[in-house]
Amino acid sequence: MRREIPLFITATTGVIFIIAYFIPHRPVNQIQQLFLAWLYIIAAFAIILGVLNLLLVNGDKIYKQSKGWGYSVIIILSFLVMAGIGTFNLGGRATSPLEEGTSFMWLFYNVYYPLSSTVFALLAFFVASASFRAFRARNKEAALLLVAAFFVMLGRVPIGNYLTSWIPLKWLQLSTIANWIMAYPNMAAQRAIMIGIALGIISTSLRLILGIEKSYLGGE
Amino acid sequence: MGFFQRMMVLDRRIVFVLIAVAVVTPLFIPFRLKMHPTPASRGLYDSVRRLPRGSTVIISGEYDPGTAPEIQPMMIGALKQCFRKGLKVILMGLWPQGPALEEQALQEVFQEREFKEMGLRYGQDYVNLGFKSGGGAVIQSMGTSIPVAFPTDMTGTPLGKLPLMEGVHNLSDVAFVLDFSAGDPGTPAWVMFAHDRFHVPMAAGCTAVSAPMLYPYLQTKQLSGLLGGLKGAADYEWLTKSPGKGMQYLPSQSVAHLVIVIFIILGNIAFFVTKRKGER
Repeated sequence: MRREIPLFITATTGVIFIIAYFIPHRPVNQIQQLFLAWLYIIAAFAIILGVLNLLLVNGDKIYKQSKGWGYSVIIILSFLVMAGIGTFNLGGRATSPLEEGTSFMWLFYNVYYPLSSTVFALLAFFVASASFRAFRARNKEAALLLVAAFFVMLGRVPIGNYLTSWIPLKWLQLSTIANWIMAYPNMAAQRAIMIGIALGIISTSLRLILGIEKSYLGGE
Repeated sequence: MGFFQRMMVLDRRIVFVLIAVAVVTPLFIPFRLKMHPTPASRGLYDSVRRLPRGSTVIISGEYDPGTAPEIQPMMIGALKQCFRKGLKVILMGLWPQGPALEEQALQEVFQEREFKEMGLRYGQDYVNLGFKSGGGAVIQSMGTSIPVAFPTDMTGTPLGKLPLMEGVHNLSDVAFVLDFSAGDPGTPAWVMFAHDRFHVPMAAGCTAVSAPMLYPYLQTKQLSGLLGGLKGAADYEWLTKSPGKGMQYLPSQSVAHLVIVIFIILGNIAFFVTKRKGER
């Protein structure tokens, strides 16, 4: 029964969601709404798991004084400050911590925002360095990729137009070539990837609904 | 050691410095480059332009501060175009940071005299439903009932108390969806459920890295337009005649792209020259 009941729940839920997609009427859509409400609750529990994981992993690092344990102290302190101020709406007169002018939003805009932007901005430097070192035309495929990257990188910014605007034939201008690469070869390749992923999802879902795939239940 | 051999072992800090100079210089010595909006950018602008006055539009924000330099100018542009058209705007987000960034975009829009004078009121002309976890499931739920998916707005006000939401029960009551996304959950989920399932026309804006993945949706007209990265944001600002940060930052990106391309070309020349020397 420990395996049969979860298998039954999975199969029933899967079948209802498939039927609801094609028949959006009562009572199927009502049952689907109920299941979706449960999904929100389960998703909320994932936050608890995430918090526990964060505290356990970093708490363990601090306890053992492993390499870089100081960063773990900062993580836990930052988490406690943000969560505390957000949950109890500390330092704010507004009814919700998400209103403008509250301490929570002040921290979001003045601490989290610049830190997150800075970390993401570092990517530009690493992309430039990696492109210079690794982007080499070692074979035909790499050369093709390199040529496409050349046209797209310059053709997608105005400087590409500026460099080739003197060419009378518009289809030879960088922006036209870049748009063509994006709209045809890129689109075709992306579609192939999407179809492959979709087929994979369909087959995995069917295996789950039909009870062929049982690895998610754990155990043997 | 010759020039090309030196290029092969170039200290990466030199690359970093040159990129920094390429990005920062155009910010201090601004120059304007002639804009040529892509057909995809024009598609989004035209779709919103064609909407009848008073229509309800959902603008969903799936991005965070890291991707805000690319997406936030699109969000600001969309708000400006919608408000100028007299559209009712429902803001929401499937990423936790999205609604806060949308609020910031609203504040930026309201600082401008044109929008201040419009006297736009919260609850009547625009609302912010906030964040809801669940990705595609949230959109699916909104297809049947928006108040079930979002019982209250971002600050806890029940939707029934917001005049804008009076005639908006589910996605069928929405004229258009604009999704600004930097990843998953994002545009593919909106296309799958809002467009394909509930037949709501839509367009999207995304980061430059995720734009190639969304092109198949453009060709099939599941998306009527697409703003890709900072270029898309700048295109939109140019089309809406509201120059902002997109157009301001684009010269930096242009010069940075040029520097990277020069580095790639030099790196390849050095690679082939040193390889040939080695063969000899």
